Amino acid sequence: MSDPLLTVRDFSVVYDVDPPVAAVKNVTLELQRGEILGLAGESGCGKTTLAYGIQRLLKAPAVITSGSVVFHDASGDDIDINGLDAEQMLAFRWDKISMVFQGAMNALNPVATIGSQLADVFEVHRPAMSRAERRDAVAELLEIVKVGAQRARSFPHELSGGMRQRVMIAMALALRPQLMVMDEPTTALDVLVQREILRQISQLRREFGFSVIFITHDLPLLLEISDRIAIMREGEIVELDSAERIWRDPQDDYTKTLLSSFPRLTGERGVVLR
Amino acid sequence: MSILEFDHVTKVYSVRGAGQIKALDDVSFTLESGQTIGLVGQSGSGKSTIAKILTQLEVPSSGEVRLDGRPIPRRGAGLRRYRQQLRMVFQDPFASLNPYHSIRYHIERPLRLDAVVPKSESEAEVRRLLERVRLDPDAVIDRRPHELSGGQRQRVAIARALASRPRLLVADEPVSMLDVSIRLGVLNLLADLQREEGLGVLYITHDLATARHFSDEIMVLNQGRVVERGPADDVILRPQDPYTRELRAASPDPEKHFAAASGPGRTETLGVSL
Repeated sequence: MSDPLLTVRDFSVVYDVDPPVAAVKNVTLELQRGEILGLAGESGCGKTTLAYGIQRLLKAPAVITSGSVVFHDASGDDIDINGLDAEQMLAFRWDKISMVFQGAMNALNPVATIGSQLADVFEVHRPAMSRAERRDAVAELLEIVKVGAQRARSFPHELSGGMRQRVMIAMALALRPQLMVMDEPTTALDVLVQREILRQISQLRREFGFSVIFITHDLPLLLEISDRIAIMREGEIVELDSAERIWRDPQDDYTKTLLSSFPRLTGERGVVLR
Repeated sequence: MSILEFDHVTKVYSVRGAGQIKALDDVSFTLESGQTIGLVGQSGSGKSTIAKILTQLEVPSSGEVRLDGRPIPRRGAGLRRYRQQLRMVFQDPFASLNPYHSIRYHIERPLRLDAVVPKSESEAEVRRLLERVRLDPDAVIDRRPHELSGGQRQRVAIARALASRPRLLVADEPVSMLDVSIRLGVLNLLADLQREEGLGVLYITHDLATARHFSDEIMVLNQGRVVERGPADDVILRPQDPYTRELRAASPDPEKHFAAASGPGRTETLGVSL
């Protein structure tokens, strides 16, 4: 059954430098409500440009040259993201779509407590909330991501990398958005912490029902967490299918190359010739 | 014969407010020429402390490290000769090369400092080394690091490490920042060089999959202790220690994931109808 959250049609982004670079070329895709969509490809394939572009987070020299992005709000309204004016855009971002940025471990302000940084989100987007309500909301968020409310007064450097990453997820979760875009959210973490974070993302997704666009070049990881995977190359989606079909029966030659380029934990030996 | 020996090495750091932390706890191992040992463990397990002691950036609190049966010299010409025999390849090819200098300069420096070849032959030696790492000397020798891709830069770093004709190479996550599709190429290059030059390699990583394919033996560190060591396939496919099992379970493994997915519990992982 189809219940789309986001419909992207014929979407193109060009970096207007000399010579111009077509970073995203005529991408069409439909993101389902509650789905985790993996976006995979090498550096420079356009995956980050696409994910930023659909929420208009790109700056010059990037230019969106064609296409439309329609957000199907839970209220039943269809929102044309390209048609929003500055003020509407401000209200839309983080409320409907939030982000966990690449290098999120270093994205926190080092001189402010994590509690105050989380409270900022409410101060901007929920001005009607009282100070006490904000404090309770922050405590609740820190409990949800299992950092613990007592950590609200900690500074980022007092937390481990994994905990800082959870704080970033808490921040993205604050307004209960319908879509979270995660750009390499676990890349700098070791495997045990990475596994905990992935488990938490899956669990929160089940609990709150948001969709996720998960960007990484770590295909083994993507195969495990995603419902569907889009493989990008040179600005185009060359293949889009369920994670299982991408794994078992890849159609595109490039997908096959990517799949054969990582060593298997338990598979055949011989990929590294020794 | 074994060239490098760690003999009951313990390293204790005193941390203000936290007392004493044992970064390494009675670690003993040997590394032979032509052998690759994969050193795995999560952040804080002591992997980097071993690398720091090897390069003499840290001195063991107790125990001894020996090369060819002799303790590592602490200073002077002896230490310089020791460091000539042991070289490092670092994780970040963007940070480990100096942006102000040409590729020629990077590789010429160790040639001069260690007086590997007469000055008149250094240009030819730089070219030979670049060819050894499958780079076209004419195309890269006068370039600066920012003009090269991550994979090319890591090859330059490897050529620089080989310039002093070392017998041991310590590779600390040498491919984790590279694109998945070129990781295997760099690992295969390291494996070739290691075979041809009879290098002993210590491969530090938390990626169990590449550790398994690239190493002869794997050593697992947990909280400063070696908890398991053995042939790579035995340690990864038939782990004995509970901590090794935990690491293995946390590593992405699409084969296992999709094998499990065909049984009951599939809806649990997918969560939504597609």
